Amino acid sequence: MTIVDPLPGEDQVLRAHELRKEYGTGTGLVRAVDGVDLAVTAGETLAVMGASGSGKSTLLHLLGGLERPSGGEVWLAGRRVDTMTEKELALLRRKAIGFVFQAFHLMDELTAVENIELPALLAGDSPRAARRGAGELLERVGLSDRAGHLPTELSGGQRQRVAIARALINQPLVVFADEPTGNLDSAATTEVLRLLDSLHTAGQTLVIVTHDSRIAATADRLISMRDGGFVEETRLRHGSGRMVGELAGLEG
Amino acid sequence: MGRILLICRLAVRDLRRRPGEAALLLLTLTSATAMLTLGLVLTGVVGRPFENTQEATSGPDIMASVAPIDGQAADVARLEALADEPGVTAHSGPFPYSQSEVSAHGVAAVAWAQGRDTGPAAVDQPALTDGGWVRDGGAVIEASFAEALAVGVGDTITLDGRTFDVVGVAVTANTPPYPKSCFAPCYFEGEEKLNTLPPPVRGKDAPPTAAFLAGPSGLVWLTDSDARSLVTTPDHLAYVMNFKLANPADAQAFTNAHQPHAHTEPFVQNWAEVLSGHTWIVEKKQETMQAGSILLGLLALASVAVLVGGRMADQFRRVGLLKAVGGTPRMVAAVLLAEHLVLALAAAAAGLAIGRASAPLFTDPGSGLIGSAGTPPFSLATVGLVTGAALAIAALSTFGPALRAARTSTLSALLDSARPPHRTAWLNTLSARLPVPLLLGLRVASRRPRRTLLGVLAVTVTTCGIVTALAAYANRYLAEKAAGDDPRLAISQALTLVTVVLIVQACVNAICITRTTILDTRRSAALARAMGATPRQISAGFAMAQALPALIGVLAGVAGGIGLAEALDDDPVTVPPLWQLLAVIMGTMVVITALTAVPVRISARRSVGEILHGDSR
Repeated sequence: MTIVDPLPGEDQVLRAHELRKEYGTGTGLVRAVDGVDLAVTAGETLAVMGASGSGKSTLLHLLGGLERPSGGEVWLAGRRVDTMTEKELALLRRKAIGFVFQAFHLMDELTAVENIELPALLAGDSPRAARRGAGELLERVGLSDRAGHLPTELSGGQRQRVAIARALINQPLVVFADEPTGNLDSAATTEVLRLLDSLHTAGQTLVIVTHDSRIAATADRLISMRDGGFVEETRLRHGSGRMVGELAGLEG
Repeated sequence: MGRILLICRLAVRDLRRRPGEAALLLLTLTSATAMLTLGLVLTGVVGRPFENTQEATSGPDIMASVAPIDGQAADVARLEALADEPGVTAHSGPFPYSQSEVSAHGVAAVAWAQGRDTGPAAVDQPALTDGGWVRDGGAVIEASFAEALAVGVGDTITLDGRTFDVVGVAVTANTPPYPKSCFAPCYFEGEEKLNTLPPPVRGKDAPPTAAFLAGPSGLVWLTDSDARSLVTTPDHLAYVMNFKLANPADAQAFTNAHQPHAHTEPFVQNWAEVLSGHTWIVEKKQETMQAGSILLGLLALASVAVLVGGRMADQFRRVGLLKAVGGTPRMVAAVLLAEHLVLALAAAAAGLAIGRASAPLFTDPGSGLIGSAGTPPFSLATVGLVTGAALAIAALSTFGPALRAARTSTLSALLDSARPPHRTAWLNTLSARLPVPLLLGLRVASRRPRRTLLGVLAVTVTTCGIVTALAAYANRYLAEKAAGDDPRLAISQALTLVTVVLIVQACVNAICITRTTILDTRRSAALARAMGATPRQISAGFAMAQALPALIGVLAGVAGGIGLAEALDDDPVTVPPLWQLLAVIMGTMVVITALTAVPVRISARRSVGEILHGDSR
């Protein structure tokens, strides 16, 4: 078990303590997440890397309230998440959390702009405000000309940019991204990397689970996982982000 | 041969993998085929008891009656002249009769009080089922009438205020049973219609004497003197005669040749018309069963189509695997078809067995005839028709999905990329302006318009059946119920059965649709949850997705049910009371909502991460 703390004095947006997730019982017991402690500060980008089955996606789901932990605590913006009811969790996800998935998970029957505005509509925004916000985000992700296109009419990179815009529409405290480039080719990966980098620059708190070292290189901190626990932490701050960004091919 | 064996083996294995779905399909098809079997085997079941009664009572081939009109005495001479017609070999009567109010155990009804000799008659000597024949002060009551009034030998009745002992109960083949017993002038529906009397309706398509009834009436036999004493003057007496023909098959021709053209002329009926009066109740049961089997067949079609569609959505990967290992599109389609055809054959066999075993419960010829209907006829044609219907339902509902599966590219099937949902742009725009449950509900409903349409059809059919039953009840109970225990209420057996099976079937259908919808939209629902929709909003959304189309189906079903009742009944239909219709509408909506919301709520217990993670694998 490795305890990972943010820098002293910085605001903690997200915190986990002794977080565990187990599946099965007896000899079939699997500890997907095994006693993890973690803290993420506002505006920080945290990358979690590890081999398949290391527990990184499960950790992301636990932190985002998509799954219930077997033990431990999760705190988001000062509120304890793991004891919340489903309704409280839903309300929290509405305003404080945005998700980006490897498989995009866009609604096939909705256009790009309709997909983006959906969380805003669920949060009770007026249709006009939701559409305006979706339009602005489409512009920000460079897809204004694709607003009326269905997901099937978009490339993989474009779909993921729509998914990222959807995650941002309610101005969440934290965006959780699960292998955001896992299903993308090299060119599309670069598109998404640029976007994530711009979010980082704009001060958006990001927790990214990834296999991709180029994404990891854009983070402030990199955590490696194995067998459900943290095994290594690397800080990439104070200029290193830019340097790694160059390495990742985002500059120039 | 090897290929057929392989197809059979794959089909059987898949059925074993999904015993729940196979059971639902079997239940759906079996109920439809059982109802169809019942509808088919009830044909002609009352014929034998009527023949028995004719033999036991020396039943007439022709009955004729004449009544006094406009203060003129009945033209008995004209009636008696029929005995001299060619082909008439024997006769009895003329017997005097009048209409009286009969009262027993506090129940009042209208009776034809007919005077008879104390000795046996050559034609139409009612056969006693209890007690003895008429004597002065002693009445014999026709069996169906006695049952309706709940009187037996030893009881007393009053006729126009005069008390008579019930000395016997008997059956006859010269008039239909209570409440359809009919002699002149019931045919004329009252003297005030003398000048506007339409020509009598005759022939094969004519309704039984029902159309000529002035109201529910039964038959009581008295001695000649007692019958005559019930009227103030002999001129008020009507008369009836019974005739035997050399050839009973000539009865229709005899009737045609003696159709009355004025109310003073005798009203002539033949034995087939009386039989038709006896078979009326069983025929109505049969019509109910047949209409029910059509409704159930439609429901089965909808249920099977939804189930098959749902299975396809869930089975795309299996289809891809089959194709990847060398299965041809034709083979993939054949496996799917084989599965459902096997189920259809099993359902047809079960339906035929259930229909045949339960038919005697619906063939009671009533107390007005002697003997039971015996074993209902069960022909090869029945087997063929029922089996054919089951196979057709299975084939029709499976063919589309099977073809689609066969045509899907192997790769996209292996990737489990199910058919993309339908997009209805205007509905998406409209729903954005609505509260979250309605937004989700409309979008879920519009994703699969064919399934939504099948759901509407199922609700329409069910409501249609229930409202038809209610209309029939309303007709019998409220509008024209005969005094006492109206034997026509026996039709309620069939109506109740059809209604119960329809409701069960509709619930199965609603479960199929909900299950398929949940499977199909589990990812969307999980995504909505991930984006902040609460479990209650998701449940309400899914419930709306079913309830909104269901409301259209319920309203269409109410209108269709009243129309169907009208089509099934000779008499003008009675619209069920408003509270019953409202109860049907509200009840259906509550059931649909509950059947949807509960499983959605249960499935919402699965974590979002688990669903999305599983779905992307």
